[in-house]
Amino acid sequence: MKIAVLSGKGGTGKTLVSVNLAASAVDSRYIDCDVEEPNGHLFFNPKDIKTENVYVKIPIVDHKLCSGCRKCIDFCRFNALAYIKNHLLIFDEVCHSCGGCVLFCPEKALSEKNSVIGEVRRGVSGNVEVITGILHTGKESGVPVIKAILKNLHGSKKFTVIDCPPGSACTVMESIKDADYCLLVAEPTLFGVHNLKMVYELVTLFSKPHGVVLNKCQDGVNPAEEFCLEKGINIIAKIPFENELGTLNAQGLIAIGKNEKYQEMFSSMLQIVSKGVQNEAITHP
Amino acid sequence: MKVAIPVNDKSMEASVSESFGRTPYYLIYDTESKESVFLDNSAIASQGGAGIKAAQIVVDHRVNALITPRCGENAAEIIQAANIKLFKTINDSIKDNLAALIEGKLALLEEIHAGFHGHGGN
Repeated sequence: MKIAVLSGKGGTGKTLVSVNLAASAVDSRYIDCDVEEPNGHLFFNPKDIKTENVYVKIPIVDHKLCSGCRKCIDFCRFNALAYIKNHLLIFDEVCHSCGGCVLFCPEKALSEKNSVIGEVRRGVSGNVEVITGILHTGKESGVPVIKAILKNLHGSKKFTVIDCPPGSACTVMESIKDADYCLLVAEPTLFGVHNLKMVYELVTLFSKPHGVVLNKCQDGVNPAEEFCLEKGINIIAKIPFENELGTLNAQGLIAIGKNEKYQEMFSSMLQIVSKGVQNEAITHP
Repeated sequence: MKVAIPVNDKSMEASVSESFGRTPYYLIYDTESKESVFLDNSAIASQGGAGIKAAQIVVDHRVNALITPRCGENAAEIIQAANIKLFKTINDSIKDNLAALIEGKLALLEEIHAGFHGHGGN
């Protein structure tokens, strides 16, 4: 079962939820798809790390064969190529690796080379397999790193928790594509509602079973809770705004191992989500 | 000498655009014939790489100099590869900048920014 944890903005508690969910399961895998700033590994401190590079294809030109027809330039919607002083210039950082320029070149002057954009680190921390995607600084898109992780999951685990990047852009879509369930983490503010709406629309568009975790709950009105009630969205859990939890998290500690009440909270969250997925399988096989 | 300036409207009275890559128009001005031509910037709606496409447009018009308030690194690479002189504007008036260029009072644009790449800027 793959559970994706997402939110419309950073800092709502995706990693807190993901890490503790994965740690509360007996046989699980934690995947950090927040490849621009992965931090789940700080909580797990995984051992036996194996690192693999992630490559994308970038065009290279044979200047002797290039006739200057500019078909590649006209084709590229990202403007990764320019023709200056009878010389084709390629901007690797702008290229999205679609391969179109190579296909369109009538002179066969373009071919492809591998370019490293990031890496995947696989390790183990107790009962949890920890996979971290890393996009190297300055690289345009984390999508290829996320694809490389999710396409190559070795062995089956009862639970896989996918810690998504913030927002609702391409990297998030790639992260939730194969998820069985989406857990949306939301803050109790108007801004929190705005961000919750973004991811709610996304998971609805993807027809994913979903539920909300209301984080940082305090006494008084919770606009995110009101939004859920209004839209009929399942509220899976309410995490209190607590000094103890905040302190543990800020120290890079997994909360469920430190206090039984957190163990209970996240175990019950996992149970509710599992039931949700099972019901979904029965009603929408 | 042919000069390119990113401008906000197709008029010599228009203001210089704050953005090189995503300006709506370019003025191409010939300092000898005093002819001015305004071009639509087809790069303005680019999903990415607007500076690269815009620089290609400017290079293809065989200008000798570009006057702009700022320029991103990819565009600057193209402008420099094409041996086009890159000058910094003194204000947002087209006429003031052309006059300063002719009098040799424009400074070269030294500060090349890394680009905004989907993150706005102002």
